[in-house]
Amino acid sequence: MLRPSFLQDAQKSGASMWDLTTTALDSAKLRGAAYVDVRSMHIRQRDLTTKNGQVGTLAQSESIGIGIRVLANGAWGFASTDKLTREGVSACAAQAVSIAKASALAKRGDVKMVPENAYIDSWQAPLRKDPFEIPLETQLELLLKADAAMRAVKGVTLTETDMQFRKIDSWYASSIGSRIHQRKVISGCGIVATSFKGTEIQKRSYPNSFGGQYQLAGYELIESLDLLRHAPRVAEESVALHSAAQCPEKTGTLLLDGSQLGLQIHESVGHPIELDRVLGQEANFAGTSFLTLDKLNKLKYGSEIVNVVADARIEHGPGLGTFAYDDEGVPAQCTDIIKDGQFRGYLSNREMAQLIGLSRSSGTMRTESWNRLPIIRMTNISIKSGSGSPEELIAGTDDGIWMETNRSWSIDDRRYQFQFSTEVGWEIKSGKKVRMLKNPSYSGVTTEFWNSCDAICGKEYWTLWGTPNCGKGQPMQTMGTGHGASPARFRNVKMGIAFSGH
Amino acid sequence: MSKKSKSAKSDAHLASESDLKKRIESVLRLGKISGADETEVQLDETLDALTRFANNAIHQNVAEHGIAISIRTVVDGRTARATTNRLDEDSLRAAVQASLQLAHSQPKIPGLLPMPGKQRYRKISRFASETAATTPEDRARAVKKSCDLAIRNGQVAAGIFSTGQSQLAIGNSRGLFTAHRETHAEFSITMQDDPAASWAKANSGSVRNFDPQKLAARASEKAQMAKDAQELAPGKYTVILEPAAVLDLVGFLFYDFAATAVADQRSCLLKRINKPLFGKNISITDDAYHLQQLGAPFDGEGIPRQRVNLVQNGVPRNLVYSRASAKKAKTKATGHGFALPNDYGEAPMNLVFSGGDSSIEKMIAATDRGLLVTRVWYIREVDPYEKIMTGMTRDGLYLVENGKITNAVRNFRFNQSLIELLQNVEAMSPASRATAEEAFEMVVPAMKVKNFHLTEPTKF
Repeated sequence: MLRPSFLQDAQKSGASMWDLTTTALDSAKLRGAAYVDVRSMHIRQRDLTTKNGQVGTLAQSESIGIGIRVLANGAWGFASTDKLTREGVSACAAQAVSIAKASALAKRGDVKMVPENAYIDSWQAPLRKDPFEIPLETQLELLLKADAAMRAVKGVTLTETDMQFRKIDSWYASSIGSRIHQRKVISGCGIVATSFKGTEIQKRSYPNSFGGQYQLAGYELIESLDLLRHAPRVAEESVALHSAAQCPEKTGTLLLDGSQLGLQIHESVGHPIELDRVLGQEANFAGTSFLTLDKLNKLKYGSEIVNVVADARIEHGPGLGTFAYDDEGVPAQCTDIIKDGQFRGYLSNREMAQLIGLSRSSGTMRTESWNRLPIIRMTNISIKSGSGSPEELIAGTDDGIWMETNRSWSIDDRRYQFQFSTEVGWEIKSGKKVRMLKNPSYSGVTTEFWNSCDAICGKEYWTLWGTPNCGKGQPMQTMGTGHGASPARFRNVKMGIAFSGH
Repeated sequence: MSKKSKSAKSDAHLASESDLKKRIESVLRLGKISGADETEVQLDETLDALTRFANNAIHQNVAEHGIAISIRTVVDGRTARATTNRLDEDSLRAAVQASLQLAHSQPKIPGLLPMPGKQRYRKISRFASETAATTPEDRARAVKKSCDLAIRNGQVAAGIFSTGQSQLAIGNSRGLFTAHRETHAEFSITMQDDPAASWAKANSGSVRNFDPQKLAARASEKAQMAKDAQELAPGKYTVILEPAAVLDLVGFLFYDFAATAVADQRSCLLKRINKPLFGKNISITDDAYHLQQLGAPFDGEGIPRQRVNLVQNGVPRNLVYSRASAKKAKTKATGHGFALPNDYGEAPMNLVFSGGDSSIEKMIAATDRGLLVTRVWYIREVDPYEKIMTGMTRDGLYLVENGKITNAVRNFRFNQSLIELLQNVEAMSPASRATAEEAFEMVVPAMKVKNFHLTEPTKF
């Protein structure tokens, strides 16, 4: 077994972590900070991959440190350190105050925040099987078996599998009196078969592309995905794509599987509702948003069956955006984003909420690590399910294309005009899947697209997908977000344009 | 940049090279007594600060200091890595044990190479003391001047000003040791002139190599020019790509020059090596020693980086190799390997285009009808073999008619093959260090490209 001090002593170190957060609070206040919040974090990660039947990456890491955010002279400062001694933390707090005072040299007004209560709490995300307690040999054996099952299919030229586990302990304290410990475990895995033939590289992935499926869950997630059952199908489809017809260029009916709809929500709902983007704070990098303040409660975002929430509560499910408190000490909430097609809400923090006259933050401040400033991030941005099965959805479609598993995604800096492509498409004629299509793609304008939604499948087909790689902020932060979705149908969508002219 | 304030001057500094060596040697000893056949230790130290502004004021302002030690052990033909930022002896011993346990858990790795021994390195100096000494007040004053310019011009400024220093050292139980330290500075600004905007950015090892006020002035002027944009029909256009736009597009091409990507049959160079692929005016090298490049002169195993001619007069001639991929290909490693173990092998990281003798002004003057592209955004791969990329133009798209910029144009989505792009280059400026948001920095020219495929206009 691993020595306890490498991966398993976060609980033991909790007492000293609280001591250090107290030191940080006291030091910053002593140097003139009007408000302080502190995040000590201990992050542990395990990465396993295979490629063509051999172990690829096999690595484990841990990172522990403290980040101190202060308000001084009406402006923000933040500093972080991994020198976890009283002296190291005091110096870090002094640096944060000094930086805030420098920020005040170029301020246009004092930062103000909506009120929030103080909380003293400890929360652990539900977990059935700690992935760090599962023998490495068991995890590798599963990946190598899945890899072998894909390689057994003639025509497959590259096989890849991956598993990743993270355990995150955070100790949050603020000068308004909060002290919150949270522990989260994240698990994820996926498999990919690639086939090169002639002048084409085709690929199929399961359960999703770009790493697979991720949730706030333990090893039970890996077991539930049944990689070995899907490996042969994934491999066969990657080869079959070479013989498939090219996705036609046309305007028509589009059906999306749940994983692709999850990414569609991420890009064309999740990002534009971030209030820091709306208010220009991301204008230089991530961009702004078409959802200007005048559109709140007025814009018809989607058709009447479109209902989207931002829900960080555990009741929503084990998503990558599930927690008890955000990284500003605000309890997890469920916020209506789109209700019966109408635009109803933004993602906010205490400062942005104040700026637009809200009474409370919606609790979406999140940080990647101890050395990053919390910023507004998606939690679980999910579309509510409708009714019926995917089979019924297809049976009710006279002429359309079903697209499945993302291959590329791109959207403008106001989150208004997008283009996606998927790994595979299926042509639908008279209510039946009639043939496979390769290189499928579709494009559109956010509000036109969501207003063309005329069917969403039922709750039993709804999955809380995990997007583990959402980048935002400077310095860049990578965050996991959740997106509940079931397959859905959209009318009058432009398809096939990505390959036009090639 | 030279005026200092006592109150904000940081006392933090990078550890000395002798300290690094001592730390690495102590971990190597732990590896030996723990039963590792071989041990490799990598130490990364970062001391960074970033001032971020928007709405003509600083809204985020951060600093970080961290050291991480990463340990790779080899035991009985197996290898794995464990990384920690806890530097006490118990934690380091635990990390060594973790690495060994991971290594033991897997089957033997066929063909696993022994670690490399001592290497000889070419000296490069990339540490600018003026960058390391930059204070939060220095950055705040530069930001304030940019914001004041925006206010005077009725615009809204957003951006970053970052400065920092970092170092990387690698040592192994076969006697290899190498270390590299450098500084980095970056200023990026978007000037919003509602509903238009434009952008400028610079990145260098020294804060003295760019002037934030000049960048702010350029972005401000181009934002003014970007107003009243007209919508054009989609189609194939002659485009003049500023270096930032070139960088972010061609940046997606170079992972295909990894020998491992070719062996894995996922590279667009399959069946295309040593055959004419791009225009004859395209020559590209990977050169870690170019004066405008940053980065260490060694790779993830400590192998010295070699200068590699990737493309010569339009013909892909060479790939880059890690030690493992070089052995499989029966050739020599080029010093481009990633830290082991990994799935992708290697990649060129210091790209230099040969460039041309034109300039953006000359290209505009010689264009009857075309578009000037400031930057591109959210680029993703649509097709991996033809290298069709999709993305958007952003922050300033201008119509060029009869040798002059005549109007602003609404942004476009493009779907463009990079291979065709590099076949259609009609003119280039001299290459220089460029920086954008999607790809790492390279030495690239501005390019005039015919038949660039703009597929859909946006609403703004």
